[in-house]
Amino acid sequence: MPGTDALTRLQSTGQFALELEAVSRHFGALVALADVNMSVKAGERRAVLGSNGAGKTTLFNAITGDFPTTTGRVRLFGEDVTDLPSHERIRRGLRRTYQISLLFNGLTVLDNTYLACRGVTRGRFSLRRPKRDDSSLELAETLLQAVHLDDVKDKQVAELSYGQQRQLEIALALSGAPRLILFDEPAAGLSPTERTLLVEILQSLPAHIGFIIIEHDMDVALKVSERVTMMHNGRIFKEGTPEEIENDSEVQELYLGQGGDHG
Amino acid sequence: MDSRGLFSGSFSIKDVHPAILITAVFLVAYPSFATDFFIFQIGAYSLILGTIALSLMMLAGYGGMVSLAQLTVAGLAAYLMAILGDNSMGVMGLGWPWWLTVIVSVLGAALFSTFIGAVSVRTEGIYTIMITLAVAVAFFYFVRQNYVLFNGFTGFAGVEPPTLFGIYWRDPVPFYYLTLTVAVGFFGAVYYCARSTFGLALQAIRDNPRRMRALGFNVTLHRIVAYFFAGVIAGFAGVLLVWFNGRVSPGTIGVDVAIDILVIAVVGGLRHPVGPFLGAIAFVLLENFAIDLIDRERFNMVIGTAFLLVVLFSPDGLLGLWNRFRDKFRFRGNALLGDERVSKNDPTSTGSLEKN
Repeated sequence: MPGTDALTRLQSTGQFALELEAVSRHFGALVALADVNMSVKAGERRAVLGSNGAGKTTLFNAITGDFPTTTGRVRLFGEDVTDLPSHERIRRGLRRTYQISLLFNGLTVLDNTYLACRGVTRGRFSLRRPKRDDSSLELAETLLQAVHLDDVKDKQVAELSYGQQRQLEIALALSGAPRLILFDEPAAGLSPTERTLLVEILQSLPAHIGFIIIEHDMDVALKVSERVTMMHNGRIFKEGTPEEIENDSEVQELYLGQGGDHG
Repeated sequence: MDSRGLFSGSFSIKDVHPAILITAVFLVAYPSFATDFFIFQIGAYSLILGTIALSLMMLAGYGGMVSLAQLTVAGLAAYLMAILGDNSMGVMGLGWPWWLTVIVSVLGAALFSTFIGAVSVRTEGIYTIMITLAVAVAFFYFVRQNYVLFNGFTGFAGVEPPTLFGIYWRDPVPFYYLTLTVAVGFFGAVYYCARSTFGLALQAIRDNPRRMRALGFNVTLHRIVAYFFAGVIAGFAGVLLVWFNGRVSPGTIGVDVAIDILVIAVVGGLRHPVGPFLGAIAFVLLENFAIDLIDRERFNMVIGTAFLLVVLFSPDGLLGLWNRFRDKFRFRGNALLGDERVSKNDPTSTGSLEKN
């Protein structure tokens, strides 16, 4: 049982879900991430804030392995995963959503979710069609109910509204048994009602599921997070509780000052 | 609508679309009214080309990987049949029993396909085409210049299917049924597996490989396994091809023929496993009868023009043309019959009729 293994590892390393050690990512001469150190406890809810180009999404890509890091180490649940490919990190309990929905447009909503559930279990290469009582299929149906997509489950993804696609994006990230989820601007483009729904979904996640959320909507970000990391120019600029960050003079200057410069 | 019904035990003959029944009856009864020429040169040959194109359809349609080397894979199986089994050229011809020869030839082809997959799956689009084209060209020149194993330019002749149960399997009617069995078998397998976990994952990888990695799938391995299965299909088709021709030479696997396979798959339609067979029938008919319409020197122009027209007017190939025709017909039918035939599951398919 890999779950118990991971749990022992977790306990032996002080229960960190994620540890980044001097992580850098260069794109040619551009330094997108510079010497980032960060640790997130198991079950912790963390918001990552910062202006465009601060390196937030690059940080996510470094954690999931979508793009390899230039230097530094990434540890997930106490295990060094720096050299592991993306899918191996996912199988260890990491999930993510994308800023621009990355879904399977040619498949139905249920098939999308089914694959997400199947991705972290056995039988990925099965040549048999899933049976009605297939555990991944049942899990997929439950997930779709949770994100209120069960009435469109047989529709193709291309037919969904933008908001529904964002909901499906979240359902995919909740599939299997996630322990740390990276949400990349989940509220972008959502209506106020949909935002409320999103906050509800995030707040109702079981306590053992931690997440890191990139969000420009401060309302959403500060409501769902326990700690906040501010990024600026590829570096960690400040870290603290939502109140501390809100009231920090440097943060205010950075945000308001910059707005003033450009405006 | 519910394609998962197949396993829940609710499958019955009533679920079979009448068009499928008619096609099945036609295919089985075909030799009873067709001439030997139509049974063998048109029927069996279309089924063989269709099966090779099916292996390409599976890779390209479901996997998004356009390989120009599927004929090469089939060609290797054909060559292995001549090398391991019997031929009349006095080169190689190890004389293995037919069943062992078939098994090893198909496995050899499947492994070759897996190898082609392994070197090409990290590329996308045009680069996949270029790499697989390079493999096809390299193999063509290799067999043409290698006399020890492949008997060079001449290739092999006298490769025949076994005589089993008192039947000579190269006779038109038995051979037709043999190719029909193989073709229908693989058609069914591809059709079924498209909705299996493996097939769904393959289509999802086509739509979005990056997201599949972020769901825990090993995208590279998945694609390579798809090449293996495509190799099994192409390998069986290659065995039939060498039995059909009785011979195999570099010309069998030339780049021009490899492109024919691509044309067949694209013109037929890459969306559904029936597409390659439609394309193959159209191709074989044109290849045989275009010559009656126009001067002997120009018949390729007729073939080219016909295919150009199909691709221009229907990006989904013949299959797309048919679907469009059917939708139009169905819509009229609904209007005439009221909402009885309106699908409740899919109101979008009926346009404004839902208001009634």
